[in-house]
Amino acid sequence: MSMRETLHAEWTKLRTVPSTFWLLLAVIVVTVALGLVADAVARCPSAGCGLDPARTSLAGVYLGQAIVAVLAVVAVSGEYGSGLIRVTLTAMPRRAGVLAAKAVTVTGATLSAGVPAVLGSLLAGRLVLPGHGFTAAHGRPPLSPDDGAVLRAAAGTVLYLGLIALLSLGVAAAVRDAAAAIGTVLGLLYLLPLLTTVLGGSRLARHLERLSPMTAGLAVQATTGLRGLPIAPWAGLGVLAAWATAALLIGGLLLHFRDA
Amino acid sequence: MTAPTTTRQPRVRARRAGFGALLRAEWTKFRTVRGWTIGMIVAVLVTAGIALLDHSSCGGVTAPGGADVPGTGCSAPVGPDGKAVTDAFSFVHRRLDGDGDITVRMASLIGGRGPAGLQPWSKAGLIVKAGTRPGSAYAALIVTAGHGVRMQYDYTGDIKAPPGAVTAAAAPRWLRLVRSGDAITGYQSADGVRWSAAGTVRLHGLPPTVQAGMFATSPASAQGGSTQDGSTQDGSAQGGSAQSLGGSGGSGARTLATARFDHIGLRGAWPPGAWTGTQVGGRPSPDTGFRQAAGTVTVTGSGDIAPYVPAVDGGGVAVERTLLGAFGGLIAVIVVAALFMTAEHRRGLLRVTFTAVPGRGRVLAAKAIVIGSVTFVAGLAGSTAAVLLGERLLRSNGDFVLPAGTFTEIRAVAGTAALLAVAAVLALAVGTILRHGAGAVTAVVTVMVVPYFFASPLSVLPAGVADWLLRVTPAAAFAVQQTTPRYPQVSAPYTPGNGYFPLPPWAGFAVLCGYTVLALGLATVLLRRRDA
Repeated sequence: MSMRETLHAEWTKLRTVPSTFWLLLAVIVVTVALGLVADAVARCPSAGCGLDPARTSLAGVYLGQAIVAVLAVVAVSGEYGSGLIRVTLTAMPRRAGVLAAKAVTVTGATLSAGVPAVLGSLLAGRLVLPGHGFTAAHGRPPLSPDDGAVLRAAAGTVLYLGLIALLSLGVAAAVRDAAAAIGTVLGLLYLLPLLTTVLGGSRLARHLERLSPMTAGLAVQATTGLRGLPIAPWAGLGVLAAWATAALLIGGLLLHFRDA
Repeated sequence: MTAPTTTRQPRVRARRAGFGALLRAEWTKFRTVRGWTIGMIVAVLVTAGIALLDHSSCGGVTAPGGADVPGTGCSAPVGPDGKAVTDAFSFVHRRLDGDGDITVRMASLIGGRGPAGLQPWSKAGLIVKAGTRPGSAYAALIVTAGHGVRMQYDYTGDIKAPPGAVTAAAAPRWLRLVRSGDAITGYQSADGVRWSAAGTVRLHGLPPTVQAGMFATSPASAQGGSTQDGSTQDGSAQGGSAQSLGGSGGSGARTLATARFDHIGLRGAWPPGAWTGTQVGGRPSPDTGFRQAAGTVTVTGSGDIAPYVPAVDGGGVAVERTLLGAFGGLIAVIVVAALFMTAEHRRGLLRVTFTAVPGRGRVLAAKAIVIGSVTFVAGLAGSTAAVLLGERLLRSNGDFVLPAGTFTEIRAVAGTAALLAVAAVLALAVGTILRHGAGAVTAVVTVMVVPYFFASPLSVLPAGVADWLLRVTPAAAFAVQQTTPRYPQVSAPYTPGNGYFPLPPWAGFAVLCGYTVLALGLATVLLRRRDA
């Protein structure tokens, strides 16, 4: 089977599971809605209020990423749950190719939901935030596509969601069980940053902020206070990319060498 | 005579064995799946293991070069009730060998220049104290800059004086403090003629000989800093820098309060002598102290006489920081508990189970009891180990662990275990409702861990949202871990990011229980209606 056919097969599987559509819709709705809540409560009463308008309106990603993770995990673990994986691997014996095809289709689907989610969030922020003190006078001009930093935040957040999908895919290929895989992914995302609390204000805590996939990856959303970030925006996304690559590598190797 | 008993006995036993056998069946299912046992062991190890990462935060900050600077002043005096206290003020005192009283006119209370100005809780007045040792018992009649006249005693006691004839804050006012045995009574007056009582407190075990006199002190400005001025209420989570993450709360700028007293009159058992000035607690500084001229005493002080609040005073670590590993344990527990039900759906085992035991609600109850009990035991082991190891580690690092009291510590540890157990039952119920392991895990993690994350200092959401989330979501249950109370008489950023939950411990836990009962009810209904 050629790579094109493998891709086509994976795309058909993803497309015909009804949950895919609902999960993608949920990514958009949850991300925009939570962003809107953050916009609605954010106040910037004076210059240097410490709130970043792009970060605030994109806050929905903190929750949206969990749904992306479910989508990606189910794409792999679902096959193990139903035993379909044995059929898949019989039809397409090149296992690395199967994982690659899954990565392409799932990431594509995630990006297609990520773009409207991010654009919707930023649009909501542009409409709501100026009424809450986010004005040019306070050093927080309205979110605009002319602003390079806002563009970086937008593109970076879409890519962030894509990388979360890849990370989850790799973990699911390694762990196989859906519930355990999603637990591992959510633990990596939410738990690692909380560890900085245990470590106090120490050097280790600072390192952990640079290394944990969520805090590093979401540094790309920053448009103000860049110097105070634990890691530079694109470098942070690079850290997440490294996590995703490592997960895919481990998942791919285990898929290759293990019985299905 | 024996025949009826022999026929009846087995029947009774069979009926009793019904639910017991069901429990044993579920327990057998649980312990024979290797992955679930491993999951529980992981939960215990993570809960206890993260405490081993506990790192000194005792005022220690990361220097620009990257080296950790060990903190200074990593301790606090301990008050009469065993709790940590702040006790730093300028004290102008004389010995009092028994009963007696002191009357003064407080001419003015002013602050230092610029940022060292008066705070709402800047205070000055009259005080009777067991000695000059920080942490010793006291009772004081206090004039504050923003909270009126009060009787305060033994650090946590705080009584607002009834509004009397004296209202204007700036006007000179007369104060009188009377010691009679254990009882200390404060009076205030606008003219030194008509007096009204401010309050009476009893200090049990106050020695006959005490130090009494005038004092002034002023707490650090409330969480100053350029990012948060004027918006401490809704912006502090955002502004909470990496330093305040570890509880080494960044205190604001040092402030000063200066009080001028005249018309000083003493009655009772005061031996002859002169006024002595003592800097109680804190570091002596050239701008604090007292001056005496022509019957006037002027005292300048900086600090506070109050309970110790880590978010203001820095350095101290609350016990619950050692319990942070429970978050990791929670995720593992949620995975195992969700699978405990959804695996039966997936494998079709549920049809066998329901054929064997037609009472579907009873099956769910048995599963809930098994997973809840196993998780409680695992959680108790994990959190006990976490607190014991974590506290020891922090102390050996030179950190100052806030004394919480045995009962409070037991509540935090047992509460954490109970939280994990109830969360496991919630995951079981949600798994029954959704019949999908990954979906159930995501749902429960989303409602239990994500709100807490939004409440942490890492969150991008304003503290107001975090506060609200920790009231209405099951994550409210993490309030059982809070061991440091909030005190109205200390201005501090009492935000979730600093470890202060909006609900009291058991109320927060009740929120989680409420959701769990609802989910169990819905799960039972669906389990009965749906085909297995």
